[in-house]
Amino acid sequence: MGLSLMEGNEAIAWGAVEAGCRYFAGYPITPATTIFNTMLQLLPPLGGIVIQGEDEIASMGSCLGASMTGLKAMTATAGPGLSLYSEHISFAVGSEIPIVIVVVQRLGPSTGSATRGADGDIQFMRWGSSGGLPVVVLAPVDVKDCFSLTINAFNLAETYRVPVFIASNKEIAMTRESVDLDAIQRPEIVNRPAPLPGKPFLPFGVPEGGSVPHFLAIGDRILVRQTSSTHGADGYITTDYNEIGGNQERLKAKLESAVDRFSFHEAFMAQEADTLLVTYGVTARAAKEVRKVLAADGIPISLLILKTLWPVPEVLIRDKAEKVKRVVVVEMNTGQYVGEVKRVLGDKKVDFFGQMDGRLISPNQIREVIRHG
Amino acid sequence: MASLLNEARPPVFCPGCSHERITHALDKCFQNMGLDGNQIVMISDIGCSGLFDTFFHTHALHGLHGRALTYAMGIKLARPDLNVVVTMGDGGMGIGGAHLLSACRRNLDLTLMVLNNFNFGMTGGQFSATTPPEAQVGSGFLNRLERPLDVGQVARASGATYVTRCSSYRKDLPEEMERAIRHEGFSVLDIWGICTGRYIKRNKLTPQTIEETLASLPPIEGAVEENARKEYGRHYREVAGTLKPVSPPAKTEKAFEPPEKERREVILVGSAGQRIITAGEILCLAGLTGGMKVTQKNEYNITVLRGPSISEVILSPEEIGYTGIERPHVVVALAEEGVQRRKQIFPDLDENTLLIQVQGVDVPRNHAEVHQINFKAQKIKSTDWALAALSAMAKLNKAITLEMLRAALGKRFGGQVLESSLQLVDRVEVDG
Repeated sequence: MGLSLMEGNEAIAWGAVEAGCRYFAGYPITPATTIFNTMLQLLPPLGGIVIQGEDEIASMGSCLGASMTGLKAMTATAGPGLSLYSEHISFAVGSEIPIVIVVVQRLGPSTGSATRGADGDIQFMRWGSSGGLPVVVLAPVDVKDCFSLTINAFNLAETYRVPVFIASNKEIAMTRESVDLDAIQRPEIVNRPAPLPGKPFLPFGVPEGGSVPHFLAIGDRILVRQTSSTHGADGYITTDYNEIGGNQERLKAKLESAVDRFSFHEAFMAQEADTLLVTYGVTARAAKEVRKVLAADGIPISLLILKTLWPVPEVLIRDKAEKVKRVVVVEMNTGQYVGEVKRVLGDKKVDFFGQMDGRLISPNQIREVIRHG
Repeated sequence: MASLLNEARPPVFCPGCSHERITHALDKCFQNMGLDGNQIVMISDIGCSGLFDTFFHTHALHGLHGRALTYAMGIKLARPDLNVVVTMGDGGMGIGGAHLLSACRRNLDLTLMVLNNFNFGMTGGQFSATTPPEAQVGSGFLNRLERPLDVGQVARASGATYVTRCSSYRKDLPEEMERAIRHEGFSVLDIWGICTGRYIKRNKLTPQTIEETLASLPPIEGAVEENARKEYGRHYREVAGTLKPVSPPAKTEKAFEPPEKERREVILVGSAGQRIITAGEILCLAGLTGGMKVTQKNEYNITVLRGPSISEVILSPEEIGYTGIERPHVVVALAEEGVQRRKQIFPDLDENTLLIQVQGVDVPRNHAEVHQINFKAQKIKSTDWALAALSAMAKLNKAITLEMLRAALGKRFGGQVLESSLQLVDRVEVDG
């Protein structure tokens, strides 16, 4: 069993290539740049394309164009670039263009601190587009997750024709770690479904019993239309409010009703635990240590590490919190996801600890919160 | 060839709008070229020019204001065989200015038609990047204060390989469009026209006055000789075709027994340029040769070759969770910038920590076991101190052995660099 030494960003690039990604465009930004660097090494020799866009808007726009020709596309940035992605996130959501967007979070607001970590963009990824329709956000904990969640991200983007975010963090992205790549469970690779032959093709026609339109590439023998305007099944502007409303509901439901199928997580449940610790991202690493230390102290707790953040895996959270008296949410921000947990758990006692100063939250800090509130 | 016009969706422009002439000229151009609809992608953005994608039986993509060229880039790179035609107004050209400049510089084989009618027709006739200062527009006096942009000159100056400035009423417009599409490279047509719905309500502009104004300007027409060069996509594929696939990530097997079996946490503190991050990586690789799990967390400022540089490395027989270090087993102090950045750790250090202190580097008061080394006296350059300190660690039997370190260097370096680093590691004296 040989171990490789790799940072999270490199693992994302290798995962993307394994998932079949053949188009990457990005604009240099710390701490995401090493994804661009690695993709530039990996893709062109495989016949793939890597572009340094003139800005983040162009980078993501070109990914959407490439995706519409059938290529699996990815881009990567940090908070300041995510701000510029906004209009194209809306486009990808409303016009069902598969894309994987890596956000290597750094300390904000704004340009903030380029070389310090945070999980400050968790709500921004969900809500940073016009129209408010859902997206998928996956949060890796370590290098292994960076690799496997990236493959899952492409699979979800292809399955649901949506933008899928990977909510990384400088502290995962640029931290090197030993990893046994051969031991990582690979999900089967998914490709966007093509329409059934013999039926007239409608670019946004939803097959019977399904919720996602079949895909034909721009450049196919059959003509394909794509548009950011409010459209009907034929891809032309519509003013039929029944059609418009039905489509919005579908865009919402296709993800929110399916999240139980992709609620990635790790759970460590202790029978006699009073407390459930809920966290995600790099903070989960400290949480795993806290759980062991507290167990040794005779204070068993349960731990839920969320790796699918959006849509909120409500069934999972309710299920894991069912038996405990108290839930503690710990985040590397001033309190973002805790609002979702509170919403899902209703009147259960939910405490919060957050820190957003560029430092990791340490096991001792979490232990203090759990022991003393 | 038959017309590609979509009869079910005829042009819906205001009566007399020159965009309608351009629509028919483009259809004629496609017919003259003998193209089928599935050989063409029409890309449009926002504004009246953004209706073009609906008029033709072609592939089509309609997106956000000013971003049409960005989608076109992805499509053309992925499908070089398609004819990609972008329509944009003077509004989209202005808001997407960076994309225009970049497209000119890249020379990807796209055809951009700027349907230039000197104002924002759709939103009420506000001024655009090309509105003359003397025009009466929907932005009050504001256009009087700005100078209009000359699309053709900008495109030429930015490296476009084909640029034509012309009138929508030009007789051979379909033929000129065909020349632009057939040109292998980025082509820009700055097509001047008349916005009957807004602009000419308060401004005099006729086919005649457009002709006269164009005649008074230096002509911009056709291939730009001084910009002639390879088409971007072709060039890209040529260069990429010579690149060799990257080997899969290297693996390291356990080959040695580490001197200490327990988890070991090491902090290297110094300054940028001392190759501290590289030393941290080598320490990790050495750990891997001892069968340990490893993490390396670095801290540095965004500036290069200035400021503190810190690497925190954990070697452990168990999976590593939290990657921060609060009670290090080894601290290596290589420069005061790094020491200062981590000054809060020193008061808590006790005899369980070995502090390798390069002579001349001050550290705050502490109770660690201090081992001073005079690298200067050993004629070791500051850029090698971090690696030399790893050698000192190995010679003091902390975390790694010399054979682990040598093996790690063999994984990280080759040739001359490997030779000199092995020599350096050997000659470090820990009692000096």
